[in-house]
Amino acid sequence: MREVHVSAITDTIKKLCMEANWNLGSEMLRAFDKALTTERSPAGKQVLQILKQNAEMARTKKIAYCQDTGFTICFVELGQDVHIAGGGLTDAINEGVRQGYKEGYLRASIVKSPFDRVNTGDNTPAVIHVDVVRGSELKLMIMAKGGGCENRSKYTMLTPAAGIEGVKDFVIECVKMAGPDACPPLILGVGVGGTFEKAALLSKKALFREIGSPNPDPTLDALEKELLDRANRLGIGPQGYGGDTTSFGIQILAYPCHITSLPVAVTIECHAHRHKEATL
Amino acid sequence: MSVTSAADGIKDVKTPLSDADVALLKAGDRVRISGVIYTARDAAHARLFPLLEKGEQLPVDVKGTIIYYTGPTPPREGDAIGSVGPTTASRMDKFTPALLEAGLKGTIGKGYRGQPVKDALRQYKGVYFGSIGGAGAVLSEFVKKAEVVAYEDLGTEAIRRLEVEGFPAIVLYDCHGGDLYQDGQKQYARG
Repeated sequence: MREVHVSAITDTIKKLCMEANWNLGSEMLRAFDKALTTERSPAGKQVLQILKQNAEMARTKKIAYCQDTGFTICFVELGQDVHIAGGGLTDAINEGVRQGYKEGYLRASIVKSPFDRVNTGDNTPAVIHVDVVRGSELKLMIMAKGGGCENRSKYTMLTPAAGIEGVKDFVIECVKMAGPDACPPLILGVGVGGTFEKAALLSKKALFREIGSPNPDPTLDALEKELLDRANRLGIGPQGYGGDTTSFGIQILAYPCHITSLPVAVTIECHAHRHKEATL
Repeated sequence: MSVTSAADGIKDVKTPLSDADVALLKAGDRVRISGVIYTARDAAHARLFPLLEKGEQLPVDVKGTIIYYTGPTPPREGDAIGSVGPTTASRMDKFTPALLEAGLKGTIGKGYRGQPVKDALRQYKGVYFGSIGGAGAVLSEFVKKAEVVAYEDLGTEAIRRLEVEGFPAIVLYDCHGGDLYQDGQKQYARG
């Protein structure tokens, strides 16, 4: 048994929250540059240039890339030979979020109840998903998930007869419905298969793969490329002002499913694609 | 006149705005906004609306002004404001026609709006500006002063009075029925 103290977890989460919100990943900077070589719309090009400038300013001034510093989603891979000492895992993660959002000058965007809507004041609680895996490491992956794009995420239960064409049409419909509201260029996480909740979870997890990297499954890789091409023919463009860059990437995870079902979940993510990870 | 065309093709917009000023703005126009504007988003609108319905006085005078749909991050020491980009405007659609009727001249946000808002922009002479969603760090540079003027308990959702200088935006919907989203997207759609 390897021991990991909760203080190390809190400290790591705190740093990841601040880093994610100040430093947009290099994958996104590469995506901006690549899009600038193909975008035909002058307004679209200008948006991409400003987003690059925004990333640079956020990084150097250590201020949030976007004022919506998101719901903190935390995927944990907990090695089964790890013993967490000194307190609870959930409390340790939430304490890290609390400290990171306060010390990082990040926005508190979470309300205590969906009905009374009183702000918790420190961006807690996080949404936490734990997987127990082999080994003696603890991997912490966080995403600062914006609300505007999350509001355009969708789920459908297709019939097996609808097949792959049904999946494609649903994904493209999601891009259209998201439009400018979700801050394009978008990234789509798509979960296909499993059950109602499994598909949704896969759609979030799919977003952690590096933008522009190939899907390890060749069939899914081809599907991603076809969908990306279709999305970028819609004409929505950066911020919806019209243009060729509506999406930077569509990333799919699949899972076995029941003989009756074809669940499809699509998480819509904006260009403020903020995620960081660390292994303890 | 509070709307003037500069040599660089960008229109300078200075608050407060009159009906005649609004009429000069066309969908697709790039603008620089200067003067006083107010922030308000979901929670603040939910409090303003019953006051409007009852005909009571609002905590800020909306006549001729612009509401920016945003909830900023806290400022670092020495900064006027933190990151301050737009939020999705359609969530405020329910409240916008009544505010336009009360004299509001403009809103700044992102995303489509419903037909009742478009109709109200024509009827009451209003304009819907877009600022770049997710460019909050860059946009903070154009805010020179910020102070909470109402609903402090709402935190980021409180109403703030902002003094802005050259705040960059684009006209999304004008008061003549013009719609940048429609025009722009049609131009780049490829079958």
